[in-house]
Amino acid sequence: MIEWPEPFVLRALVAGLVLAVVAAPLGCIVLWRRMAYVGETLAQSSLLGVAFGMALNVDLTLSVIIAAVLAALVLIWFGQQKLLALDSVLGLMHHAALAMGVIAITLLKGPAIDLMGFLFGDVFAVTSDDMIWVVVGGSLVFAATLALWRSLVRVSLHEDLATAEGIDPRLTRGAFDILLAITIAVSMKIVGILLVMAFLIVPAVAARPLASTPERMAIIAAVVAMVGVVGGLLLSLMVDVPGGPSIVLTMCALAVISLMAAGTRSR
Amino acid sequence: MSARGLWFTRHRRDLIAGIDLDVHAREIVTLIGPNGAGKTTLVKLMLGIEKPDRGELYRPTSTLIGYVPQRFDIERAIPMTVARFLALGHGASDDEIAAALAEVGAARTVDQQLSQLSGGETQRVLIARALLRRPNLLVLDEPARGVDYVGEADLYDLIGSLRDRRGLGVLLVSHDLHVVMAKSDRVICINGHVCCSGKPEAVAQHAEYARLFGPRAAGALAVYTHHHDHQHDLSGAPSPVTQTSGLDVDGRSHP
Repeated sequence: MIEWPEPFVLRALVAGLVLAVVAAPLGCIVLWRRMAYVGETLAQSSLLGVAFGMALNVDLTLSVIIAAVLAALVLIWFGQQKLLALDSVLGLMHHAALAMGVIAITLLKGPAIDLMGFLFGDVFAVTSDDMIWVVVGGSLVFAATLALWRSLVRVSLHEDLATAEGIDPRLTRGAFDILLAITIAVSMKIVGILLVMAFLIVPAVAARPLASTPERMAIIAAVVAMVGVVGGLLLSLMVDVPGGPSIVLTMCALAVISLMAAGTRSR
Repeated sequence: MSARGLWFTRHRRDLIAGIDLDVHAREIVTLIGPNGAGKTTLVKLMLGIEKPDRGELYRPTSTLIGYVPQRFDIERAIPMTVARFLALGHGASDDEIAAALAEVGAARTVDQQLSQLSGGETQRVLIARALLRRPNLLVLDEPARGVDYVGEADLYDLIGSLRDRRGLGVLLVSHDLHVVMAKSDRVICINGHVCCSGKPEAVAQHAEYARLFGPRAAGALAVYTHHHDHQHDLSGAPSPVTQTSGLDVDGRSHP
């Protein structure tokens, strides 16, 4: 039986809902531009941010955001050189960052440290300080996404056409990578490093067959993500399982239903 | 719009080696050339998508380009109705969109998904989008690629009528070495450099085309027979001494 929400439940719910709305349009663009691997790399690089935050004793969310943005800048730079394929760089950075993060945290805090919270998130441990990050950071990212939306859609749809019509694709892509890094860093608190990309992409996957325009896809993805957050938190509280995986699993169930419905309809 | 002495080098290959190109108002210029000849690269240079390593682009401020890219490069993972696609970027009203679609003969596609259109329909929608910018120069990259012969003739008809009605200059890349638009004022064959240029060849081939593809196609298509009169070495640059008999159709000499 669920009581009237305790403050920690309420914080988890609000943080989850805010991030669901912020992440949904970005998740759509990740899906369109097939950037899931880039997102994974940014996410796993943020574990290094946790280590640095612990070492320097600064706010962990801040250090994670800085680490993710730095990783994004590295990827932007690698994306512009022609010597190495970006996929090779991602393949290397992705796992190296995770390995380095785990080792650095263990060295700093000893083997007793609970890595689970970082890897899979701890949505019920969201503090009021975290809430400020979620609300302020989330609003800024959301505002920037709205401002850039048309350019982002046009560059995703046809980069040369967008360029010929006066959009700077490098600037647009770079800005997107940084927004993505911030969103990943903040959402990590809720679903963890290993599941954060699912938090972005799965709602977009669910929305794709239901949408006729890019805007509708983003809105439907946001609704799916919010349902996923509410359903996942309920599941977590009722069955006493971790919150982050519950949210992602609920989203995945919604996506499967959506894809199956689309499959039967098109037959 | 003019280009003088364009060079573009990537991976130590001169993709574009000293090309001059002019497109005048109301003129239809067709670019042909073998695969890898640099047709698309040249178009990207003209559009400012790529920057030339050497050479000058002269584009009067009054020149507004409408670009019709290859339709195969449109990302199909994005849900997109034709109406939304046309509104995106230019902020065109519903009436303007309907008018542009009617002008290209694709009025009934307005509520369809971009990914579900046929090749010819997609091409028309792309042209409508370019027209919404009110251009005076239309640049089309292989508009007829993957479109059947009837569709190709129809597309060339449309482009010709847009030139006549709107007074547009047209720069068109053709995917087929042998088939170009009969209304082309000039055909330029490039292979890294300009091989030859001139008016598309006339009546005899038209008759041949009429026989092959029906009388309707003959008005819009022409066979441009074209003989290489010089060899190319491995770098793609013309060998200095070969036959020098190369006067093309309108009597211009070769580089």
